[in-house]
Amino acid sequence: MDAIFLQVLNGLDKGGAYALIALGLTLVFGTLGVVNFAHGALFMLGAFCAVSVQKVLTISTKVRDESITFFEAYKEVPILEAKFPVVGGFIVDYSVPFSILLAIPFMLLVGLVMERGLIRHFYKRPHADQILVTFGLAIVIQEIVKHYFGASPIPQTAPDIVSGSANIGALVGLGDNVIYPWWRLIYLGFSLSIIGAVFAFLQFTTFGMVVRAGMQDREMVGLLGIDIQRRFTIVFGLAAVVAGLAGVMYTPIYPPDYNLGMDFLVLSFVVVVVGGMGSLGGAVLAGFLLGLVQSFASMTEVKSIIPGMDQIIIYLVAVIVLLVRPRGLMGRKGVMED
Amino acid sequence: MENTVLHVADVHKSFAGLHALSDIDLSVREGETHAIIGPNGAGKSTLLNVCIGRLKPDSGHVVFDGENLTGKQPHEINQLGVVRVFQTPEIFPELSLLENVMIPILAKRDGSFKLRWFRRFSSEKTARIEAEHLLSDLGMETLIRTDAGSLSRGDKRRLELAMGLAQKPRLLLLDEPTAGMARHDTNATIELLKRIKAGGMTKVIIEHDMHVVFSLADRISVLAGGRIICQGTPEEVKNDPRVKEAYLGEEQV
Amino acid sequence: MNKFSAISDWVLLFAFAAAVYSMPIWLEPLGADYPDLMQRFAIFGLFAIGYNILFGLTGYLSFGHAAFLGIGSYTAVWSFKLLTMNVVPAIMFSMLVTALFAVVIGFISLRRSGIYFSILTLAFAQMSYKLAYSVLTPITNGETGLQLTLSDARVLDAAAGIEVTRSLPVTNFFGIKMSGMPGFYFCATVLVIGFFISLRIFRSPFGAMLRGIKSNQTRMAYTGLNTKPYLLWAFIISGMYAGVAGGLMAVTDPLAGAERMQWTASGEVVLMTILGGVGTLLGPFIGAAVIKYFENILSAYNTTSLTQVFDFVPEALQPIVVDVVSLFVGSGWHLTLGLMFMITVIFLPGGIMEGVRRIGSIFSRKKPTAAITSTPSASENASGA
Repeated sequence: MDAIFLQVLNGLDKGGAYALIALGLTLVFGTLGVVNFAHGALFMLGAFCAVSVQKVLTISTKVRDESITFFEAYKEVPILEAKFPVVGGFIVDYSVPFSILLAIPFMLLVGLVMERGLIRHFYKRPHADQILVTFGLAIVIQEIVKHYFGASPIPQTAPDIVSGSANIGALVGLGDNVIYPWWRLIYLGFSLSIIGAVFAFLQFTTFGMVVRAGMQDREMVGLLGIDIQRRFTIVFGLAAVVAGLAGVMYTPIYPPDYNLGMDFLVLSFVVVVVGGMGSLGGAVLAGFLLGLVQSFASMTEVKSIIPGMDQIIIYLVAVIVLLVRPRGLMGRKGVMED
Repeated sequence: MENTVLHVADVHKSFAGLHALSDIDLSVREGETHAIIGPNGAGKSTLLNVCIGRLKPDSGHVVFDGENLTGKQPHEINQLGVVRVFQTPEIFPELSLLENVMIPILAKRDGSFKLRWFRRFSSEKTARIEAEHLLSDLGMETLIRTDAGSLSRGDKRRLELAMGLAQKPRLLLLDEPTAGMARHDTNATIELLKRIKAGGMTKVIIEHDMHVVFSLADRISVLAGGRIICQGTPEEVKNDPRVKEAYLGEEQV
Repeated sequence: MNKFSAISDWVLLFAFAAAVYSMPIWLEPLGADYPDLMQRFAIFGLFAIGYNILFGLTGYLSFGHAAFLGIGSYTAVWSFKLLTMNVVPAIMFSMLVTALFAVVIGFISLRRSGIYFSILTLAFAQMSYKLAYSVLTPITNGETGLQLTLSDARVLDAAAGIEVTRSLPVTNFFGIKMSGMPGFYFCATVLVIGFFISLRIFRSPFGAMLRGIKSNQTRMAYTGLNTKPYLLWAFIISGMYAGVAGGLMAVTDPLAGAERMQWTASGEVVLMTILGGVGTLLGPFIGAAVIKYFENILSAYNTTSLTQVFDFVPEALQPIVVDVVSLFVGSGWHLTLGLMFMITVIFLPGGIMEGVRRIGSIFSRKKPTAAITSTPSASENASGA
């Protein structure tokens, strides 16, 4: 029971990341009709926003190490912390959450530039061309990051107060054996609230209404005299921000390297396809579902029966879903069926 | 009574509760040219799509020469000899006219699949001569090396017709064969279809142009609101009051 | 016209063969005449030519062909380990085993088309990659990669009385060692054979049917063709090409690693095909050669050598220039690759062959009548140019 509960949490957690990336991917595909292979790179860029913020905040200076008394020892301390021990230390400790403040404008800018500069010219091109050009772009982004940050993963730390584990078993009455990292719980809550925010935005604003209408019938919305072009740009920017935020918050869970985007891209495409191309609800549902499936497949009990199951289960599920329900779990008729 | 080749029996088809076809009973006899006419939205194209397996009827079935077509794959129906010429030209735009016509000829000859790698496409002599012959029959002999995509709409329709005829069908289904053609092209097409008729090919034609219908059809079925309201020779149909009612003001019969 | 194009195909084949075999001569001024690089030209050229049979003729964009490359390599190394160091059985086994995998993967993936097909192939490739790293370690030797050892069985070699005592054995073609130039000539021969088969497929009714599928698949079905077997054969054939290419990689260097199967490797073969010209006969090989050539040159640079190159730049600017340029060379070579990818897709979707044809048409515009009569057909022209 305890183990199952843990796996459920684990799965929801992973699922949250998948769902966030897949959400943006679907949004872009549904409105702009563009298959964006550079979406994973946006996730990775978000993660490196956190890395940059941490790097800047922790530019260090040497100070006397007071704990060593019998000779003059120095230790490296972030300038911020040395100058303003209380506030500075607090900011350095909270560098990941603070990165969000940088990530939102930065990712928005990246998204807008990408849409205006490149994606826009590919609306009418075949999907194969869209895949190829964004694939090229993903390589470019990833190589630039590699050039400036190196190839090895850069670990990030969660704020001290939540860096430990929660005795979640006691909270839900399952005994003391179920402990789970705080930050991962926060990530789950974070992804749920972002997903909620995106859906609320689409549901309750006029802008969202137009976007939803555009996902149903793009030409019709254009015919109504709505400047669909500008809205597309904003939708793309929004998707970039969502992917970026997912990346920022993911850094304490998994140290980011330049290749992070590619790993997640393949997975999130699988998620989108399983959920049904162009269905937002499907993307979220499939994200959590695949997260859960993967998490259960990595239990030792399962692995002892079918070794390697955890490695391939997601792809296996995707293959089965595509063959049994070609449109995905919640896909609509007529989307990408050429 | 002459042989019935195509028998549409009791076919129903509805889209989202809307009855597109109901109680359709239709017999096409060997060698005849059977025209299906009717006002817009009467269900003519739906009927044709049911016949070639693009749509599945909700109930009833379509029998061709003793074989039930319902539920068969499009290519299987084609191989039985039922060939459709589309209303919106379905061609291979990137290929030359010659290739466009040769592909159906080879498909007819080789069946669904034959792996001939070590043969040259261009040295398939009989097929090529046949294709060239057909194209010049339709007045397109000067265009055989052109890409089909660059043709005018009327020429694309004629190419489609050539592709259909290339398969020597036992039953040819023509969906408005002259729509979008200039007058003299229309007349040329009528002449061609008359020649085929002399050869004894069974045809079902959907057509708006009454001139075309009355110069080709042996029998006519009138479709309105998804039902066949009248069936008979051109003379009989012309004088049927129900037809006049269905067409009220739309067409001078 | 018939005879003309039949002859011109033979001319094309011989010209191609001559160009490939004479690479050591004409690549010398480019500084690319050493065997290792030329072997790569031939191997990746073969890979791309095979990929083109699927993508170029049918338009189905597979993102999983690197899996076949890897499978081919593993099979060849196992053949070296278990049977003999002779390369012929190794290549044969690579081809057959890959074909088996291609049948299964193709049969399932081809039930869908468009982007779904791409994702399915990608999923299969990722599965193979992950499995090669984890559960299949007994077969693939995981991260270390599959290597020859002194204690390998080599049943056939042992039966023939060939003993290995001190150093690892070398792959051979009935006694001729497959390292250096002989290795290149072997790869080149396989490449020429592969090109010949591809040429015949392009010109055959089978090829015409594939192009028909790319042009209008729905119409094919209403023409009485079941398109699935055609597509499956195209998939299997292109998979076998990839398998043979993988086998050749093992021939020139008997080591197989899972990184060969990563999906970025699949992306690379797509780029080669597109850069050269999708659906053309020569394009994929040219694309592969261009990419491997630039990879070789650009990845050799490092900061020190760049500083030497930009010696003439004022000292204050030098670090900036070097920094910017170093983005694109050395280990940053992939950035250049990505840019090439984008530029090709944006500005020249037809690839190098399209560019050549455009330039050619500027010259032929002076005598348009001659150009039309000597052109078999527009599409044949595109593929034969």
